[in-house]
Amino acid sequence: MVPLSYYLVLSGILFGCGVLGFLIKRNIITIFMSIELMLNGVNLSFVAFAAQWHALSGQIFVFFVMVVAAAEAAVGLAIIIAVYRTRETLNVDQVNLLKL
Amino acid sequence: MTPNKYLWLIPMFPLAGAAINGFFGRHSSRKAITAVALTLCGASFVLALIIAAGFSSASAPYYFDLAHWLRSGDFHADFSFYLDQLSLVMMLVVTGVGFLIHIYSVGYMWEDDGYYRFMSYLNLFMFFMLTLVLAKNYLMMFIGWEGVGLASYLLIGFWFTKDSAASAGKKAFIVNRIGDFGFLIALFLLIKHFGTLDYPALFAKIQPLSPETAGVGLLTSIGILLMVGAAGKSAQIPLYVWLPDAMEGPTPVSALIHAATMVTAGVYMVARSHVIFERAPSAMTVVAIIGTLTALFAATIGIAQTDIKKVLAYSTVSQLGYMFMACGVGAFSAGIFHLMTHAFFKGLLFLAAGSVIHGIGGEQDMRKMGGLRTYMPWTFATMGIATLAIAGIPPLAGFWSKDEILARAFDENWVYWLIGLITAFITSFYMFRLMYMTFGGDYRGGSAAHDVTHQSADAHAMHDKHATDDTAHGGHGDHSHGEPHESPWVMLGPLVILALLSLFGGFVGIGDRFEHFLDPVFRAPVEPGLVASSREAASKTIEYTLMCISVTVAGFGWFLAWLLYSSKPQLPARIAERMGNLYKAVANKYYVDELYAVLFVNPLIDGSATVLWHGIDQGVIDATVNGSADAARRVSDEVRHMQSGNLRSYAGWVAAGGALVVAYMVWMGIR
Repeated sequence: MVPLSYYLVLSGILFGCGVLGFLIKRNIITIFMSIELMLNGVNLSFVAFAAQWHALSGQIFVFFVMVVAAAEAAVGLAIIIAVYRTRETLNVDQVNLLKL
Repeated sequence: MTPNKYLWLIPMFPLAGAAINGFFGRHSSRKAITAVALTLCGASFVLALIIAAGFSSASAPYYFDLAHWLRSGDFHADFSFYLDQLSLVMMLVVTGVGFLIHIYSVGYMWEDDGYYRFMSYLNLFMFFMLTLVLAKNYLMMFIGWEGVGLASYLLIGFWFTKDSAASAGKKAFIVNRIGDFGFLIALFLLIKHFGTLDYPALFAKIQPLSPETAGVGLLTSIGILLMVGAAGKSAQIPLYVWLPDAMEGPTPVSALIHAATMVTAGVYMVARSHVIFERAPSAMTVVAIIGTLTALFAATIGIAQTDIKKVLAYSTVSQLGYMFMACGVGAFSAGIFHLMTHAFFKGLLFLAAGSVIHGIGGEQDMRKMGGLRTYMPWTFATMGIATLAIAGIPPLAGFWSKDEILARAFDENWVYWLIGLITAFITSFYMFRLMYMTFGGDYRGGSAAHDVTHQSADAHAMHDKHATDDTAHGGHGDHSHGEPHESPWVMLGPLVILALLSLFGGFVGIGDRFEHFLDPVFRAPVEPGLVASSREAASKTIEYTLMCISVTVAGFGWFLAWLLYSSKPQLPARIAERMGNLYKAVANKYYVDELYAVLFVNPLIDGSATVLWHGIDQGVIDATVNGSADAARRVSDEVRHMQSGNLRSYAGWVAAGGALVVAYMVWMGIR
């Protein structure tokens, strides 16, 4: 049996990749995928703990996160399309109308 | 059912009038305003007469609780009314003279734009004055006391667009505040030590106390504080300075408030508190000394005034001094008697002066009058009667009351009597001087020269700065004046009635009848034998001698005035020149206003400006408020750079925050 720490390290690496991608990428789609990556990193630690402690609630929580992520993806993609239509770019540095 | 049940309606009628005219007067016709004001004021006069007719000494004092007001523990003060011989006299004087002056005002103020306002204020004044005299406890009296001060302020500053009128109103109000402060402290002391302000309960508690002959005790302090209040309201030394300035108001106001009724409120209050004063001999002495000094002091100033209303104002101060002298020597009923006759003849003098001012187009300087007896015979006749009355020529009203006071003062201490006598002489002199300057000789105004002369600065050289433009008085400077003319009958009617009262009003005092009428108020439970016997001790011969002396003195004053202002009119200027500085001091009212300015007013203004305004208000309060706003602005100036509009910088902040939280938790976990 794979020890719990392996899962957690993998989960941390996934989350870290997500954060890094979110911070350094400029393409909105890539940023969006980074968010998904962070969510999945968290999901992984949920299920790892659930398997370790034989607690079902962790598993169920993952379903909830997936559902919310799916809904978020739908809304997010819609926003991205709307942004692209009006500004003809996916570069977040050029989507800064709220700047002072 | 006695008519006394409706006692509370007496003050309420004028209040209704004030409300109706105050709220709706602006858009009503003058006739409607007149109808409302006169009907309601007259109604309270008629009701007062009905109550007086049904009044029997047996049922006095009568009181009537209208409604609860303050209840706190054992202490309570209610809206309740009190009727005894004293408040009956006051009520009749106030409603009677007040009603006459209301009628007069219709003629005097008819052409003024603020007619509705004027009538409303007059009614309001009547309400407060009647509350004052009919109150059953000191707190109710205080409502009226403050209320008449308010009405007085409003009416002095009636022509508020004129600077001098507005500041005269303020002066009256502020000087009165000083007096009211004393009055309030006295009330607090009464509450603290006796737990009630109701006259019957309070006086019942004070009656058994023995007089404080040695030192200053509680009752003495209360008495002196009450006197401070009375000195403010009744224009006594050292707080008399507001009354002469109050002449900025329309003349009916001067007659009603600043001669006949409001200024006598202090006398009424002292008389009402006689139970306290009788047990505080030192306070009585203070009252007597203040009264005597004021009588003399104000009378001497009156000699050198040239403004007809100012002469009368100082005369009022002086006569009020007489009343306080009477109260101070324990002759409360004599003081009230003089209060009543004074209301008749001084009200008449002011109204007649108003008629003169009205008749010659707003001029108040006596040096521009003269010869008016042919132009306005009725005014001349009535004012003559009033002058004879105030000078103390028998058998007019003033003679009886003044003589009563002088006799009682002689019983107490001949010094009071002597000063009173000198004052009587001066009074007679300046009043006849006024008569000769106004009605004697030839008319000096000249209709053509009028507009030029009333602007001339030298005409007012002797007035203080408040009086420089008092020719604008009367509110009818706009319609051009040719010959002096007699006033309409709506103004002369009240003059004639008051003249009759001045003629015959004194007869109620013959044989001490007035005094006996008031006896139940002033004598009742205080060992009756004691006071009465000392009264009897003054034998009738002495009294008649004193009477003769004072009449002689009054006659001499008349003669002197005739000599100086009618027979040899060039003499006064020469005498004035001879007197030099003394004359200048008198003409400038002994520089008391200037002295007060140096001693109190300027330090107060300077202190307020430097310490309170620049120091505390700007330095502390404003600085705190502005400083906190400034700090918030500067902090946000820095912080706003966080909101760059750059999505990744936001994400960076979030990540940094998250990392911080994680680091904190890890660190706590390790520890």
